Amino acid sequence: MSVELDVFVGNTTIMDKEVYQLWLNGYTVNDAVKVRIEGGVMEECEASAEVLLSDTMDQYRTFQMCERLLHHPAKLANQLLFQIPPDRQAMLIERYYAFDDSFVREVLGKKLSKGTKKDLDDVSIKTGITLKSCRRQFDNFKRVFKVVEELKGPLVENIRQHFLLPDQLARDYAAIVFFANHRFETGKKKLQYLTFQDFAFCAGQLINNWTVGAVGKTNNMMEDMDVDLDKEFLQDLKDLKILITDKDLLDQHKNLVCTALRGKTNVFNEMEANFKNLSRGLVNIAAKLINAKDVRDFFIDLVEKFIEPCRSDKLTSIDVNLYLTHYTNSAHILDTFKHHAVWTRYMGVIKSCILRMYHD
Amino acid sequence: MPGKLKAKIVAGRHLPVMDRASDLTDAFVEVKFGNTTFKTDVYPKSLNPQWNSEWFKFEVDDEDLQDEPLQITVLDHDTYSANDAIGKVYIDIDPLLCSEAATVISGWLPIYDTIHGIRGEINVLVKVDLFNDLNRFRQSSCGVKFFCTTSIPRCYRAVMVHGFVEELVVNEDPEYQWIDRIRTPRASNEARQRLIFLMSGELQRKIGLKVLEMGGNAVVGYLQCFDLEGESGLVVRAIGTACTLEKISTFPATATHPNNSSPSKDMKEPGFGEEAPGVPLSSGPPTPLRAQTFSSFSPSKSYSRQSSSSDTELSLTPKTGMGSGGSAGKEAGPLKALLRQQTQSALEQREYPFFTLTAFPPGFLLHVGGVVSARSVKLLDRIHNPDEPETRDAWWEEIRQEIKSHAKALGCHAVVGYSESTSICEEVCILSASGTAAVLSSRFMQDGPLDTEHRFEEVVSPGCGFCHIPYDELNIPFPAQLTYCYCCRRYKVPDVLFTTIDLPTEANVTGKGCLIQARLCRTKKKAQGEGNATAISSLLPFLEYELHTQLMNKLKLRGMNALFGLRIQISVGETMLLGLASATGVYLTALPSPGGIQIAGKTPSDITYEQHISTMQKKINDTIDKNKELYEINPPEVVEEIIGSPIPEPRQRSRLFRSHSESSDEVSELDLSHGKKDAFVLEIDDTDAVEDIHALLTDSPTPAGFYSCNTEIMPGIQNWTSAIQMFTSVRVFRLNANLTNQGLNKIFSDLCENLLKSLYFKLRSMVPCCLCHLNFTVAIPEDELIQVAVTAVAMSFDKEQPLENGKQSGEKTLIKAITENDEQLQFNLELNAETSSHNPLSSPKGLSEVGSHLSARASSLEKASPLPEGRSRSLRSNRSYSGSSVAVVKMTPLSFIPGAKIIKYLGIINMFFIRETSSLREEGGVSGFLHTFIAEVFAMVRAHVAALGGNAVVSYSMKECVFMENPNKNQAQCLINVSGDAVIFVRESELESTSVQTQSATTHTSNGGEGT
Repeated sequence: MSVELDVFVGNTTIMDKEVYQLWLNGYTVNDAVKVRIEGGVMEECEASAEVLLSDTMDQYRTFQMCERLLHHPAKLANQLLFQIPPDRQAMLIERYYAFDDSFVREVLGKKLSKGTKKDLDDVSIKTGITLKSCRRQFDNFKRVFKVVEELKGPLVENIRQHFLLPDQLARDYAAIVFFANHRFETGKKKLQYLTFQDFAFCAGQLINNWTVGAVGKTNNMMEDMDVDLDKEFLQDLKDLKILITDKDLLDQHKNLVCTALRGKTNVFNEMEANFKNLSRGLVNIAAKLINAKDVRDFFIDLVEKFIEPCRSDKLTSIDVNLYLTHYTNSAHILDTFKHHAVWTRYMGVIKSCILRMYHD
Repeated sequence: MPGKLKAKIVAGRHLPVMDRASDLTDAFVEVKFGNTTFKTDVYPKSLNPQWNSEWFKFEVDDEDLQDEPLQITVLDHDTYSANDAIGKVYIDIDPLLCSEAATVISGWLPIYDTIHGIRGEINVLVKVDLFNDLNRFRQSSCGVKFFCTTSIPRCYRAVMVHGFVEELVVNEDPEYQWIDRIRTPRASNEARQRLIFLMSGELQRKIGLKVLEMGGNAVVGYLQCFDLEGESGLVVRAIGTACTLEKISTFPATATHPNNSSPSKDMKEPGFGEEAPGVPLSSGPPTPLRAQTFSSFSPSKSYSRQSSSSDTELSLTPKTGMGSGGSAGKEAGPLKALLRQQTQSALEQREYPFFTLTAFPPGFLLHVGGVVSARSVKLLDRIHNPDEPETRDAWWEEIRQEIKSHAKALGCHAVVGYSESTSICEEVCILSASGTAAVLSSRFMQDGPLDTEHRFEEVVSPGCGFCHIPYDELNIPFPAQLTYCYCCRRYKVPDVLFTTIDLPTEANVTGKGCLIQARLCRTKKKAQGEGNATAISSLLPFLEYELHTQLMNKLKLRGMNALFGLRIQISVGETMLLGLASATGVYLTALPSPGGIQIAGKTPSDITYEQHISTMQKKINDTIDKNKELYEINPPEVVEEIIGSPIPEPRQRSRLFRSHSESSDEVSELDLSHGKKDAFVLEIDDTDAVEDIHALLTDSPTPAGFYSCNTEIMPGIQNWTSAIQMFTSVRVFRLNANLTNQGLNKIFSDLCENLLKSLYFKLRSMVPCCLCHLNFTVAIPEDELIQVAVTAVAMSFDKEQPLENGKQSGEKTLIKAITENDEQLQFNLELNAETSSHNPLSSPKGLSEVGSHLSARASSLEKASPLPEGRSRSLRSNRSYSGSSVAVVKMTPLSFIPGAKIIKYLGIINMFFIRETSSLREEGGVSGFLHTFIAEVFAMVRAHVAALGGNAVVSYSMKECVFMENPNKNQAQCLINVSGDAVIFVRESELESTSVQTQSATTHTSNGGEGT
């Protein structure tokens, strides 16, 4: 004796948020039922395990049928098969495209290829997130990447419009796409302490200041997108080398910074001793960015060349902030230094990235 | 050539990829009507083609317009091979043929394929120009309105109720034709879908002709069914009630209908006006369930056994003495007898005095006798001339005659709430008909115009009149327990009342109602032909008897005394018979309080046995108490001394009325003794009784916050919110072989119970809520399979009810308030409608203020704007894009939408779909397959309603859901037939706020010229 067929179809599609989350988390029907029983819904509603199983299966089926539409969220609004109130639609989309920070941390900067997808079982074991959920999240990244890759215009806006995502989520996806596009190295041991939100913040900085689109915002001439870094800018960055190659300039710069810093911090001596080293580090990063290969190492370079030395000198983030402020400003006072615009554009991003990445 | 059909193909969207190489589609469209076909250009390489075709014009007879659907086929162009079909859309033109319904069909309609389901959508525009046909001998019946609703539709008034119309057409089932062996499943399914569309159209046209012949202009309670007989054919049959309806106009009715009443009418009418409030004209036995016919079909008729109405009586009322004072019915004797004769003769002229209505205009239903039903078993392979309808006509005629005679035996001249159904298994077919014997007022049945003055001078009947027995109690044809009516104390009432109709709105009810179901499964030996028919015939009476006993027990267990909306379904399979009776139990204040259930053992010597019995008895008593509390059944205290005194003094009567308006105060003094002398005795020795008691006690109560009923209205709940959720749930259960009757019963009962439990759980977010119109259908799709399908609507309500009022008076005032409100609203609304039809220029303004996207259709924007289609579409899309881009369409099996006013009926929706798959596993198994299909059917219904300009379907029902599977072959097939009335509704809150504006708009007509 068995129930052979069991369906429930409402004119307005009924979707339980809790079950939806369980489905998104990749739970099997039976596991989901267990979780629900533990949640106490049975006592609340005078239901039996049988009823719960039937309901869970039914909901899972509904979600599976909807999944196809969720891949193209714009379709969800004008499809006829399911009558879903707009607020529900927004909830479905938002949750479908939500991701785990621990998961995204694993694939951030990796190529969104089949090879990476094959490795997801390792990621699943490592993060404790079900493989099913990993796959969904990975496919979401890939899907968004593919769609915006071919689009012109601002990245965040494109994502928001095509996937109907809320602002913050759209920004996060922009970061993921940006990282995947430039294949930034994020997996090295030295970078493990950084969270996804740290990287997302940095990505936002880069997108807003260093890309073609960042320039385009002012003159509207550029129709290319925010995904690529501004080549011209990268070329110009090479000119900054003068700050370390010109001995006079380097000394002058050091003196200016030290004068400004003196008496304002406990770690003045360390700063003074390390000035040339740190300055070389930052300027070298700038000069190398023209090579795509070195772009990938941007974050590891920041950590190795700047953050680690500072940390070994026990600088607080206030110290770092102080240092970078004066370091940036002093360059403008230098007589022979002419590349003010490039310097500002470069150091603005570097400063905010370092401060974000500098965990005390 | 009296009609021009015009169609325009605008665009497509979400089309499937048909060319793997390019991932695109080269789509074009064929538009076919009758034998004429037009084609659009190919729109290359797009999944969202913009055809923007010219208007395709079909010049056709209106007869064809009624019969044929417009058939739109979307294809993928292929240069080298045959073009691939993407899918089809069938459009029923009928709503466009009636001036009062829709004027244009425009919108996105799903493209449907029987193998792949919905494959994108197509945007079309369809219009009809009708020329007046003055030919008296025409075969068409354009303009007759059809309604699935089984009451007078909300924005109409019944001028006259003409009576029963029926029709039946037969055709060969394409699935059983020889050609089916060589054609594809798709071709076969499409042939079938098309044929049924054609047959439905033909049927509707023929019924329309009958209505015109009778002088009516509408069919209400239109019920169309399919019988898939298999080899012997495919039958489409329909029944309905012919009426003359009149749109309720805004201005005082007397002004709009200056019908001069004839002198004779003037003399008669006052009489009727007085009689209306529930004076019994005749009386009859109160037996709830009457007799049935069991006859097996054989050419020689030798097997046919027609039972007389008396030997199959199923009254379970114990034989007790009758009330002594028998003079009540005779009192106003002569006049009433005369009146009755008139009504009767009016009805008797008709072949079948049947009405498919379940709710009636006030004053129409005078008395209710009880349920009458008839069944007969037929053999389909014995039909001499399967392609002709004669044999089936004769079968139904036989059954209808039977019903008519049963009604007569109950002292009634009419049958209301009438319906017919079949159950087919192989070559055996059970035909069933049931209804409620009743006495009706002649006011809606007389020929010629009625005096409108009197129609409006409605004296509200006191809410007990319909319970009064319709006959002379000295001639009781069977035992029954009669008492004086607990409301008026003047007339006799039965102890229980079973009916197939809805609870009359004016009825006095104590407490709330609830769904009551009796479920039964009986094994049957496998047999062939006549042997099988005989076996079934002999099982049927037992099945019905037991169902009835169960109903009666469950009713008493809930402390109630009447059933409404009773529907007994008997389904036949190869090795079993299934019976499911559903009804809504209520406590009618007019009827006596039901006695309890007493269990009696046959061997009282044994002590343990005694104990067992007494614990059971206690359990039962506790349940009754609990139920009374749950359903708030606190009947007014019985004033015993009144019984026996034939005519109460006026003083006494007034005291009585008072007493029950204060009933809530008296609750504490109530004696709810069940063990009274009139208790219902169950003898436990009887194995059946053990089973019954078991069934009684295993029915789990509805969870807190939930109520359920299978009727239109739930007594005791009025303050509905606008939250409604219609749903369909289907379950198929596989049985083990070799089950006993008892085992089967338990499984079947559990299946239904569990299904209900699941529904409660699913809908828990809507609490407090009531599941209304819970309509169960059972089937035995295969040996060892039981299928149960439910369609219902969950409606939320506000818990806060005025507590200071007694239950009774509170309810009454509420009802009154609602009806008053109704009238006012109608008035406002009609003003609105009036402006739109008479002042095309001012109407868009008024309607747009109503703030609803439907204004584009409802109003006469079209006349006002030079580019009607474009305008109306853009208007609609503008609005809808603000939220979601698809307009919300509500669906409900009820005839109304809570908190809203239906302002227009757009026509009947009657759709038939077949879905088949040969990749069942890939589509998620049987559940995945059916889930998708039902969702698709809903989507198509919604889309067609939206295209007609509507925003809801009322009286929606899924009349057929035939599911067949073959998991070994990875195949499944399903047929679904749905119907309902497409309507436009407006929220009452919106109405109230705009009514003032609308009125001012009418007065300043000249200002309204700017339009929208």
